[in-house]
Amino acid sequence: MRSLLKVSATLSLVGCLFASMAASAGPKIEFWTLDSGLRVYYVGIDDLPMLDINVTFDAGSARDGDKYGLANLTLSMLDEGAAGKDADELSEAFESVGANFYASASKDMANIGLRTITLKKPFDSAVNDWLSVIKSPEFPEANLERLKKQLMVSFEGAKQRPSSIAGKAFNENLYGDHPYANPGSGTEESIVTISTDDLKAFYKQYVVEENAMVSIVGNVSRAEAEALAKRVADVLIAGKKPEPIPEVKPLTESKTVFIPFPSSQATVIMGQTGYKRGDPDYFKLYLANHPFGGSGFTSRLMKEVRVKRGLSYGVSSYFSPSRELGPFVMSLQTKIAQVDEAKKVMTDMLATYLKEGPTKEEIEGSKLNISGGFPMNIAGNSNIGNYVDVIGFFGLPLDYLERFTDEIDSITQEQAKEAMQRRVNPDAMLTIVVGGESKEDEKKDGASK
Amino acid sequence: MQRILSLGAPMRNCRLLLAAITLVTSSAMAESTATTPEKAPSVSEKVLKNGLKVLVKEDHRAPIAVVQVWYRVGTSYEHEGITGLSHALEHMMFKGTTKRKSGDFEVVLSRIGAQNNAFTSQDYTAYYEVLAAKHIETAFELEGDRMRNLVLDKDEFAKEIEVVKEERRMRTDDNPNGVMREQFNAVAYLNNPYRAPVIGWMNDLDHMNLDDLKDWYKKWYGPNNATLVVAGDVDPEKVFELAEKYFGHYEKSVLPEVKPRTEIPQIGKREIRIKAPAKVPSFRMGFKTPGLITAKQGKVEEWEPYALDVLANVLDGGSSARLTKKLIRGKEIAAGTGVGYMSYGRMPEMFIMTGVPATDVSVDTLRKAFMEEIELMKTTLVTQDELDRVTAQVIASEIYQRDSVQHMATTLGMLESTGIGWQLMDEYEEKILAVTAEQIQTVAKKYLNEDQMTFAELVPQSLTEGAK
Repeated sequence: MRSLLKVSATLSLVGCLFASMAASAGPKIEFWTLDSGLRVYYVGIDDLPMLDINVTFDAGSARDGDKYGLANLTLSMLDEGAAGKDADELSEAFESVGANFYASASKDMANIGLRTITLKKPFDSAVNDWLSVIKSPEFPEANLERLKKQLMVSFEGAKQRPSSIAGKAFNENLYGDHPYANPGSGTEESIVTISTDDLKAFYKQYVVEENAMVSIVGNVSRAEAEALAKRVADVLIAGKKPEPIPEVKPLTESKTVFIPFPSSQATVIMGQTGYKRGDPDYFKLYLANHPFGGSGFTSRLMKEVRVKRGLSYGVSSYFSPSRELGPFVMSLQTKIAQVDEAKKVMTDMLATYLKEGPTKEEIEGSKLNISGGFPMNIAGNSNIGNYVDVIGFFGLPLDYLERFTDEIDSITQEQAKEAMQRRVNPDAMLTIVVGGESKEDEKKDGASK
Repeated sequence: MQRILSLGAPMRNCRLLLAAITLVTSSAMAESTATTPEKAPSVSEKVLKNGLKVLVKEDHRAPIAVVQVWYRVGTSYEHEGITGLSHALEHMMFKGTTKRKSGDFEVVLSRIGAQNNAFTSQDYTAYYEVLAAKHIETAFELEGDRMRNLVLDKDEFAKEIEVVKEERRMRTDDNPNGVMREQFNAVAYLNNPYRAPVIGWMNDLDHMNLDDLKDWYKKWYGPNNATLVVAGDVDPEKVFELAEKYFGHYEKSVLPEVKPRTEIPQIGKREIRIKAPAKVPSFRMGFKTPGLITAKQGKVEEWEPYALDVLANVLDGGSSARLTKKLIRGKEIAAGTGVGYMSYGRMPEMFIMTGVPATDVSVDTLRKAFMEEIELMKTTLVTQDELDRVTAQVIASEIYQRDSVQHMATTLGMLESTGIGWQLMDEYEEKILAVTAEQIQTVAKKYLNEDQMTFAELVPQSLTEGAK
């Protein structure tokens, strides 16, 4: 592959979700609320005999408290035993009808989903099993112990990947004692403290109707979707919505963390806190970042760092909005001897961009790219399902997709410049460097918290 | 946010995602005849006078299209000393032509919102644009131009080869499992070109020069060595017209003779140990097997590759498959397992198994358990339940994969570029569903033997000492 853009884009899935939203014809999203309180989002698509149904909860790792990894383990344990079936029987139940069960937790969200074909017999079987897992998870002790051991191996694996080390250090140093510092899957120290009682308590508190939304995307009618949604509500306990998570305090000064590693390249991540969902500067910052480091080979960073200087295979910048402030990130990898040059180039380029702003041509080109890319981003059930979940979870307006292009088009060159200047502070940049030998004046583990 | 697009590990998907277009009724889903969805439109094919083959797959679900140009050249066409040349040339293909200066290509596509990229493998190099269907002519114009008019500039190359080296450092040199995979291949194949890494050995990259690239481009980038694949909201006749307009004027190339370089028979087990800075031990084992191409050439029974494919799924096609059920759960001796039957090469490849032992479990213990599972395949027939499960997954997976036009285009291009032929896409599901338990046993006995095995173990070394 010539470019890692796709890979880097996934780093900020939620951030890039609306990467290229525009034009007027978005999918028709229907929304209703059940009497019992469940919020339902439905898109009927009948050209493939398949359905995605996904329940999303405000129950991501930000809800872990001091037991880092709790949300992840709770969701991972669902298909380890439920409704009288053990893990073997559950996997057999879904896979024997070609269905995919999935459950996971990210920073803000937890979700329990199902992808199934809609031929009657396999569909009924998959949906029944899926609902019974949501209703009656058993959290068997022995399976938790096994998952913890598997996690320990994955923690070790992360220690041999410079990109994982850098990402973890970036989050820890950016967020400090905010829940977003949590690496999601937890730590060696935290997961040993987690018991099945903790999982059950977490499930009971957060995986509840008042804290949920369901998206139904695919080959079912509105009436069938209504019936399905009711069945989801029936297996959820009512519960209540949790308090909002705390606000993030941005860094106030610049900081560099160096972590030695026996690699031929150094991995560099520079950044700070950016913005959150619903931020009034959202569209301005989205557009402003695009020509700087968000548009691949036409971006300033790529042209300078890769094309002109040959310093790195990939380089990009992005904002990744979340419930509270997500990060603004610039990153690259380069051989050890070039790391100072690469850091300086990124720093200087950001300073120049903040000072001068995007050119008229850049703004025009980015607007064309964003609107032109719209049809690709809403093609297919998978893409549509992902958008619907974000719209529902963050409470964005139903016509959000339709409005996106107009919002972007209405922004002027000056507005983009002003927002970037006001919101990005070059004097409070966090820089993580992983790779190279330890230097005398730096702590060996680099964790200068 | 996570949506699992298809089943199992990525390796596995490569196989399942090839499932055919037609739904076939099966015992597991006998009712499906009543509601079987419409057969997707078949592929339209045309070969231009200069030998360019054009394949069109209509899909009118969304107003988008994928345009791909596939060249039959990759690492397996290279020889020692020039490894990585096909991939390096792929990088240089974005650097300008006699009509367009470097960088313009990206600007033109960016302004219509098109995504574009390229990929190189052992057997092919492919370039693609994903864009609004109304803009496909732009992609044709750009791809037509760079098929013959590339300008290979010395200064551009000097920088780009450094980018390629950074790519190599990132993917392989600083990734212990990448190092293991690379050295595993170099040991498993002795005289066959699959032994070389696609990105090339670093020493070969260090000594690559512009003349090498010019020569390579001239040799292989011609209409009669390419396949143009278009999928999406398009009209085949219109596509054929555009192909004629932007590619039809090129003369046929005189293509170099491709020597067979058939791998010599393996006559005994090969084992290597890779000592690299790492934390997690792991291993990779592979057995020489025939591929779909071998069956097409009539060298093995037609069903053999399909039997190997189902065998791989019985072992590792999901959470209910044997390795996860018995070794990750069950005995709890594995933290991770993978099985992949590499059947889509232009030459035969291997049946690959990878393992990561659970904490405090040795590589030898897990390896032994893998061998026991293979032995079981030889001695005991797989159950009807297991066959039914694979059937259900193949049928469902085929539907899920149709959600992506890119996927369909890529499958067509790959099959065509390796000489297997795109028609296999239409036959695949039926042939998979026809596999019997006895056939699985037969291929297990015939191919999964230690004498045809290569085994590589990653032996982790300290991360804090001996920094490079």
